[in-house]
Amino acid sequence: MAEKMKLDIVTPYKKVVETEVEEVTASGKLGEFGVLPGHAPFLTSLSIGELTYKNNGVPVSMALNWGYFEIKDDKIIILVETAETSEQIDVERARAAQGRAEEALKKLTSEDKQFKIYEAALERAIIRMQVAGKAVRK
Amino acid sequence: MASLKSIKKRIVSVKNTRQITKAMKMVSAAKLRRAQENVVAARPYARKLSEVLESLAGNQSGDLHPLLEAREAKKLLLIVVSSDRGLCGGFNSNLCKAGERFIKENSSKYEQIRVLTVGRKGFEYFKNRQTIYKNYTNIITKPTYQGAASLAQDVIEGYLAGEYDRVELLYNAFRTVMSQDITFQPLLPIIPEQKAEGEDTTPVEYIYEPSVGELLAEILPKNIEVQLFKSLLESVAGEHGARMTAMDSASKNANEMIGKLTLQYNRARQAAITTELMEIISGSESIKG
Repeated sequence: MAEKMKLDIVTPYKKVVETEVEEVTASGKLGEFGVLPGHAPFLTSLSIGELTYKNNGVPVSMALNWGYFEIKDDKIIILVETAETSEQIDVERARAAQGRAEEALKKLTSEDKQFKIYEAALERAIIRMQVAGKAVRK
Repeated sequence: MASLKSIKKRIVSVKNTRQITKAMKMVSAAKLRRAQENVVAARPYARKLSEVLESLAGNQSGDLHPLLEAREAKKLLLIVVSSDRGLCGGFNSNLCKAGERFIKENSSKYEQIRVLTVGRKGFEYFKNRQTIYKNYTNIITKPTYQGAASLAQDVIEGYLAGEYDRVELLYNAFRTVMSQDITFQPLLPIIPEQKAEGEDTTPVEYIYEPSVGELLAEILPKNIEVQLFKSLLESVAGEHGARMTAMDSASKNANEMIGKLTLQYNRARQAAITTELMEIISGSESIKG
């Protein structure tokens, strides 16, 4: 697999990743998708989820918050609010966040304004733990 | 001529002041470096986002989203980004004066102009002069993306509710350490940047998922958030830069003052010694005689 794509992951605070990859898998709004070199120009929004990219056959997982995914001429740009690799994730914190969110969700109904916020928080926590768990298994 | 004691006292007090201004300068210099790094770090995100926005909005025609739509401008909201703390030279006062001038010049064009202030200094300046729409004081000292996002959401909600038809942003853009530019920036409605003529304008055919409208609906508010976040960061960097320069010149002035006072002190001391000598000599002369 000689062909590679350029991958940039950018958050408001810094450029998190700038590398070359062979394959990217991410969870879009309409479900998970993967891209390989030579993909047609494609623009989508990402939901809270996991992103995996392969660099020389080595898979790397990251937990992403809300963001954008764009590929054009084998250049991928991902704009996200947060992106953490499995090493950066604080599992304890994620677990605590999950507990907090679950507690709060029990008290709220789906009509509450807060409901969505906590729902997103819960989702984030679960994804973080999922990504962190992968690192341990490796 | 002032007495020796009072001059001495003044020298001591000026020295104390100098110590404070020197310390503040050092602190600002350190903070400035961090703030500058933040500004630089936030740039790629802002640039990429506007690129994406451009390619989205540029490929489409017509009114796709209420935030893109230019309404008849009757009510204006001016967002003034100042700082919470003073002692930074003309940083805040120049900004506020520019804001007031802008309001005066444009008051005939709009039915109503209201001010939203970020930062205590701006609020204090405008509270007695203009109608304050809202005030945010605690997000400027340590700007976070979340802070900017909540501000952006409030602004967008007000805009969609028809509270105002145009939003202008006024802030100190960070140019160099020594200089800040007072910048007016239209925030809403969003006008996508037009590509310059001569550039390759063949639009790339993207696959959009979900639809363009849905993507725009998400990306436009993000764009406002990022713009605000960027202006907050720049303003903070500018504030520290301005404070550093102000404190530097204050320290210099203090040095000058100490020099002058020391000269005065020495002169006074010399004069006192001379008079004393004269008295002794004349005393002994009179005994002899």
